[in-house]
Amino acid sequence: MTDATIAAVHDREAAIAGRRHLASRTIIYALLTFFALIYLAPLVILVFNSFREQPEIAQNGLIAFPRSFQLSAWADAWSTYCIGGTCEGMRRNFLNSLWMAVPATVLSTALGALNGYVLSKWRFRGSETLFTLMLLGVFMPGQIALMPWAFILGKLGLTNSTYGLILVHVIQGISFTTLFCRNYYVSIPDDLIKAARIDGAGFWRIFRKIILPLSPPILIVTVIWQFTGIWNEYLFGVVFTSGREQPITAALVALTASGTNVRAYDVMSAAVLIGALPPLLVYFFGGKYFVRGLTQGAIK
Amino acid sequence: MSTAEVDGGQVGPTWRERLTKASPVLVLVPSLAASFIYIFVFTIWTLYISLSNSSLLPSYDFVGLSNYVSLWSNRRWNIAYSNLFLFSAFYIVGAMAIGLLLAILIDQRVRGEAMWRTIFLYPLAVSFIVTGTVWSWLYNPVDGIQMLVRGLGWTDFNFALASDRNTAIYAIIITGIWQSSGFAMALFLAGLRSVDPDLVKAAQIDGASTFRTYRKVILPVIAPIFLAVAVIQIQFAIKTFDLVAALTRGGPGISTTFPAIYVYDLMFQRGQIGEGAAAAMMMLAALAVVLVPYSFYVVWRRRKENRHD
Repeated sequence: MTDATIAAVHDREAAIAGRRHLASRTIIYALLTFFALIYLAPLVILVFNSFREQPEIAQNGLIAFPRSFQLSAWADAWSTYCIGGTCEGMRRNFLNSLWMAVPATVLSTALGALNGYVLSKWRFRGSETLFTLMLLGVFMPGQIALMPWAFILGKLGLTNSTYGLILVHVIQGISFTTLFCRNYYVSIPDDLIKAARIDGAGFWRIFRKIILPLSPPILIVTVIWQFTGIWNEYLFGVVFTSGREQPITAALVALTASGTNVRAYDVMSAAVLIGALPPLLVYFFGGKYFVRGLTQGAIK
Repeated sequence: MSTAEVDGGQVGPTWRERLTKASPVLVLVPSLAASFIYIFVFTIWTLYISLSNSSLLPSYDFVGLSNYVSLWSNRRWNIAYSNLFLFSAFYIVGAMAIGLLLAILIDQRVRGEAMWRTIFLYPLAVSFIVTGTVWSWLYNPVDGIQMLVRGLGWTDFNFALASDRNTAIYAIIITGIWQSSGFAMALFLAGLRSVDPDLVKAAQIDGASTFRTYRKVILPVIAPIFLAVAVIQIQFAIKTFDLVAALTRGGPGISTTFPAIYVYDLMFQRGQIGEGAAAAMMMLAALAVVLVPYSFYVVWRRRKENRHD
C-alpha cells in the first residue's frame, strides 16, 4: 500500500467516526432537551397562567400560549383572594411561613453547629453512641410524633401558633443539622485544636476563633437544607394550625380545595408561585450548596 | 507539698476551670434531651396510644392489640398498603432509570452541564404541595392535558388518569418520578464522577463501546449508590403524604389512600386516635424493616473498606 492509499483509508475512517460522533451528540442533546421540556413545562405553565386572564384560560385550557395579559392575579393572590371566608390572600400565610422558617432555621443550625463541634472535637466516652442515637431522628416519620406534639403544644399553649411550629421544627431538625456539622468538623485537623488548647484557649474560644471561621461552607448547606425543608413542610402545618395561622403549604391546599365556583386558575397559579418562590430563589442562588446538602444528607 | 499549691492556695481545679471542662457536655445536654424525648418518648407514647382504647381523645385504658386487629381487617388500610407497594415499585424503578439515564447523558461532556443539572433538579426545591397542585391541574380532564391534545385535533383523546379510581395511583407515580428523578440523577452523577478514570481508559483501549464500558466497568463500581438511592426512595415512599394530599386527596373515593393519609384521617378526621396510632406504628415498622438491615450493611462495608486501606 502506498502512503496515499493509507491516508485515504484513514480519511474514510475518520469521516465515519466523525459522522457517528455527530449522530451520538445529536441523540444526547435531543434526549436532554426532551427531558428538560418535561421538567420545565409545569413551571412555565404556572408562570404563563398567573399572567393570563381567567376567561382566556377557561376557553383555551391551562396548557396554552398566553393570548392575554394581566398583573391583577398576583395582587389578588397576595392580598385579597378568599380562602374559607377570610379574604386576605396569601400574604399572612406567607409571612407565617417566613416567621416560622427563619427562626427555626437559625436555631436548629446554631444547635447543630455546637453539637457537631462537641461530637467531633470534644469526644468523651459514649459520645459516638449518643451521636448514633441522635441520628435516628433523621428517619422518624412525623406521624409517630403527631399525638405527643399535639399534647405538648396544648400544654404549652402553643397550639395554632407559629411558635409551636418553630419548636417542632427545631427539635425535628437537630438530628439533621448535627449530622451535617459533625461530619464536616471531623475533617478539621485535631492538631489545630490541640495547638489552641496548649496556647490556653478554652471550649468557646476555640469554637469562635477556629471552628466558626472554617464553618461557612457547611453552615450554608445546613441553612439551605433547613430553610427549604421547613418552608415546604405540610403535615405539621396542617395538623397544628388552622385558618389565618397556617403556613403557606397548608393554605395552598385549602385554597385549591375550595373550588366550588369556577376555579380561578389565574389567581391560584400566582398563589402557588408565591408559595414556591422562596425555596426556588434559594435553589437558584445557592444551587451548588443545595446539591451538596442533598447528596450529603442522602448518603451519610 | 509543691510550691504551686502553697503560693496559689488552691487545691484542685477552680470553679471556672470546672465549668470550662463541663462545657462540651453542658452544650450537648439540651439537644440530647430533646432528641431523646422526640425519638424514644414519643415512639413509646404513640405505641401506648396504639394499645389503648383512645378514640376522639387519647385515653390510657389498655386494650392490647385490638387496634392492630381492626386496622388489618380494614379494607381501606389494605388499599393503603397495596398502594404503597405498587407506588414504591414503580416510583423507585422509574426515578432510578430516568435519573441514571440523565446522569449518563450529562456525563458525556455535554455543553452547559450546570444548566441541565439546574433544570432537572429544581423540582426538588419546591414542595410536594406545589408539585401536586400543578399536576392535579394538568391531569384535570376539563382544562389539562386532555384538552390540549383534543385542541390539537385528536378530538376523542381521553386522558383522565387522576380521576379514574383504577388509574389514579399511576398519576401519583408519574408525578413522584417527575419530582425526584433529578435527585437520583444528582447522586448517580456524583458516583460516575468518582469512578477511577484509569479504569475507564483501560476499557476504552481494549476497544469496549461506550455502552459496554458503562455496563461492565462503571456501573458495577457505583453499585452501592443504586442501593443508597433505592433506600432513600423507599423511605420517602413510606412517608408519602403531601404529594397525595395535594394531588388526589386520597381519592377518587379511597383509591389512592396511603398509610400516611390513613393515619392523618383516623387521628384528625374520624376521631379514631388509637387505630391511627397503630397505623403510625406500622409505618415506623416498615421504615425499620428497610433501614435496620441497610445500616448494618453500611457499617459492614465501611469496616471492610477500612481494613483494605
